[in-house]
Amino acid sequence: MQTTFPRLMRMHAQQRPSAPALREKEYGIWQTTSWSSLAQLVQSVACGLHQAGLQRGEHIIIVGANRPRLYATMLAAQSLGAIPVPLYQDAAAAECVFPINNAEVRFCVVEDQEQVDKMLEVREQCPQLSHIYFDDPRGLRKYTEDGLGAIEALIAAGSEFAQQHPQFYADEVEKAQNTDVAAMFFTSGTTGNPKGVVHTHGSLIDRADAGAEFDKLTHSEDVLAYMPPAWIGQNIFSYAQWLVCGYVVNCPESAATVTIDLKEIGPTYYFAPPRVFESMLTSVMIRMEDAGSLKRGMFHYFMGVAQKVGPPLMDGQSVGFAERLKYAVGNWLVYGPLRNNLGFSRVRVAYTAGEAIGPDLFTFFRSIGVNIKQLYGSTETAVFVCLQPDNEARADTVGVPCKGVEIKVADNGEILVKSRGLLKGYYKNPEATAQVLTADGWYHTSDAGFIDSHGHLKIIDRVKDVGRIVGGANDGAMFAPKYVENKLKFFPHIKEVVAYGDQREKVCVMINIDFDAVGNWAERRNLPYAGYTDLAQKTEVYQLIQECVEKVNADLAQDTLLAGSQVSRFLVLHKELDADDGELTRTNKVRRSFIAEKYKPLVDGLYGGMTSQFIETVVKFEDGRSGSVSATLLISEAKTFTPVKAAA
Amino acid sequence: MSKVIGEVILGVQNISLRFGGVKALTDISFDVREHEVRAIIGPNGAGKSSMLNCINGVYTPQEGSITFRGQSFDHMNSRQVAEMGIARTFQNLALFKGMSVIDNIMTGRNLKIRSNIFLQALRIGPAQREEEEHRLKVEHIIDFLEIQAYRKTPVGQLPYGLQKRVDLGRALAMEPQVLLLDEPMAGMNMEEKQDMCRFILDVNDEFGTTIVLIEHDMGVVMDISDRVVVLDYGKKIGDGTPEEVRNNKEVISAYLGTSH
Repeated sequence: MQTTFPRLMRMHAQQRPSAPALREKEYGIWQTTSWSSLAQLVQSVACGLHQAGLQRGEHIIIVGANRPRLYATMLAAQSLGAIPVPLYQDAAAAECVFPINNAEVRFCVVEDQEQVDKMLEVREQCPQLSHIYFDDPRGLRKYTEDGLGAIEALIAAGSEFAQQHPQFYADEVEKAQNTDVAAMFFTSGTTGNPKGVVHTHGSLIDRADAGAEFDKLTHSEDVLAYMPPAWIGQNIFSYAQWLVCGYVVNCPESAATVTIDLKEIGPTYYFAPPRVFESMLTSVMIRMEDAGSLKRGMFHYFMGVAQKVGPPLMDGQSVGFAERLKYAVGNWLVYGPLRNNLGFSRVRVAYTAGEAIGPDLFTFFRSIGVNIKQLYGSTETAVFVCLQPDNEARADTVGVPCKGVEIKVADNGEILVKSRGLLKGYYKNPEATAQVLTADGWYHTSDAGFIDSHGHLKIIDRVKDVGRIVGGANDGAMFAPKYVENKLKFFPHIKEVVAYGDQREKVCVMINIDFDAVGNWAERRNLPYAGYTDLAQKTEVYQLIQECVEKVNADLAQDTLLAGSQVSRFLVLHKELDADDGELTRTNKVRRSFIAEKYKPLVDGLYGGMTSQFIETVVKFEDGRSGSVSATLLISEAKTFTPVKAAA
Repeated sequence: MSKVIGEVILGVQNISLRFGGVKALTDISFDVREHEVRAIIGPNGAGKSSMLNCINGVYTPQEGSITFRGQSFDHMNSRQVAEMGIARTFQNLALFKGMSVIDNIMTGRNLKIRSNIFLQALRIGPAQREEEEHRLKVEHIIDFLEIQAYRKTPVGQLPYGLQKRVDLGRALAMEPQVLLLDEPMAGMNMEEKQDMCRFILDVNDEFGTTIVLIEHDMGVVMDISDRVVVLDYGKKIGDGTPEEVRNNKEVISAYLGTSH
């Protein structure tokens, strides 16, 4: 599509002026903005920003939750040829300094007092930040800072300007080209400053269109926009695809009401990271535990049926008549009401991405008739690289390359992507751009993976983390720590795992139990324990964990490529890995090398064949004090399996 | 920029209240100015709630008078006081536990509803339109107090801190000129207290409502009040800005005790 976002909006406003474009729940009622009134609003904001001095090619910061007027601001900025830069609304003030200065931002439009305070706080370090507009005036009446104003006033001034210069807006929109920069997204690097990913109208629209075609999206979809708009996923689903397809984006009342709003809207197209699905499942399970025995019995019986029959039904495979009948009864009694309760009654397509999803979680939703699928992509690729077709959803793959995407696997196992949706580059960072984007047009994802026999892409780990087993029975086998860790973490009793094996003769892991889940498990077995450390070292708990490890080993043995990553020995840690102690990153990823150093005696014990090892560690408490925890940890062996050789 | 504190809106002159031989309040006088946050503090049994109940029309003091905007109301019942524009919250909540948040706050609109009970029951004539108007007001309060997620939840199922917010919401629904808060922070944790403080200051600020509050937590009182009255054993022992009260010898001895 050789067009731009503002042109798409104007097209919808002309073709379907009274059709709903946005809904926002306010004062208990869903308030609708039609395409024509949206176009009007965007025109006013654009004229207002122009009057205030926003220039073509200039960056403008947008911070806040999904609010119609913030969406209108993005469109308005793009109409003027300015570049909206959405920032995460929960970022600390200090984190906003780099993006604002990097992009030399003078203008920002924010949601509320919280964000205004943040912008005022960073102003000292960003003196060029001269215009701050806010959507919600609550609590801001007494603010008298220079350059601070309500978006309301900007709209009023803009609509007056538009009346005096009726052709101005349309002319501005026509000046923009498909190859112009449309938006910039900052990705939080684990090290160093964040990088601004620059996307053009062309790249975003191309990918949005490919995704829409893949799932046959129309203008009658309903989407609930509840993730941060600064995240490319939300931006594609509720902005790029919204404008490409012309469907309705619904903005929840507040973060706390999302589950209620989800139920009221009943979206047809849904997107969430695995943790959202997980918390839904948890809440269902907890409520079922509290339900009466009849309901509970019914639930468990029909969930059993669903797990057997649901996924094949959804994949379009043949299922026996009796099974089908049982499923229909279950659908009437359990699955239907459950879907309704979760807000999934109308869902046609639901996606999960971002992290690996556990097979049980994935199967649960598919078995009750929610068409949940996985996709693969990143900020740099404007999301859509691979998608799972309707009948081929699997928990362990991320789908097939969609329209316009070429994929190849480099010699080191890295996935390379070529598509029209690739980033233009990192903003003011040619070195970083050169590292990921080669001259021949391939984008280096830094993910390691392969294409399986069904043509699906399977992601294993980050390239830099993939190692080799050296010596021993599996000499030279591939070792993918995150793949092993994730497989173990899918068990509810395991909270965190650190796997070692690179340049060693076998794989060993350190495990954190999930205190709630294992504690509950122990109570149901009348197993007394004094606390976390005590519970973690119970022989019964070791047995429980050993079962999990061996199940994972059996699973890995099926996989010729990763059979060498089976876990030989493991131990259960006496304390929870914690970001405060530097063992996890702030986004809860394990820092393997740091942990290996800190717990060196344990690693030595694992590889030295010992059956127990004493360890003492310093822990930091939340109030800043520190203390030490010591324990003698058991080290256990796990059964490994001979790899199942694929029939040649 | 600070708010403008106006004229005296509520005056208490020489109030004495006795229950048989027990003197709950003895010769208490103080005033409350428009738009200010006025606190009444004192140790347990000092007569704080009795004082509030006198203003509220629950108790009728044997001596003294209370004036509201210059008009005396010695012998009014609580309904009449409410009609004058004085609303209150309760120390021990007194919400309708089985009713939803919306319905509870709606009850605060009761005095403002004009259509009669039959029209309301049948939702005919002006009743429907009127209900919509009141519902909008209630929705504004729900938005203000940030309890959108609990709109339809029965109040009895909510945690205590949120119930307190609903209680405040119901009082606000009356659009009062003076709001009496009876220990709004009692039994709350630190975070809930901070939230509640912000709401009280916002009410005072955004709606210009005059606030009279009773509170145990000295820290909270000193932070948010413009002026403080201190009671002890039914007598007034201090009155002034938080700073003045903090340095008042009698107040210190009432709170900390003195050596004899």
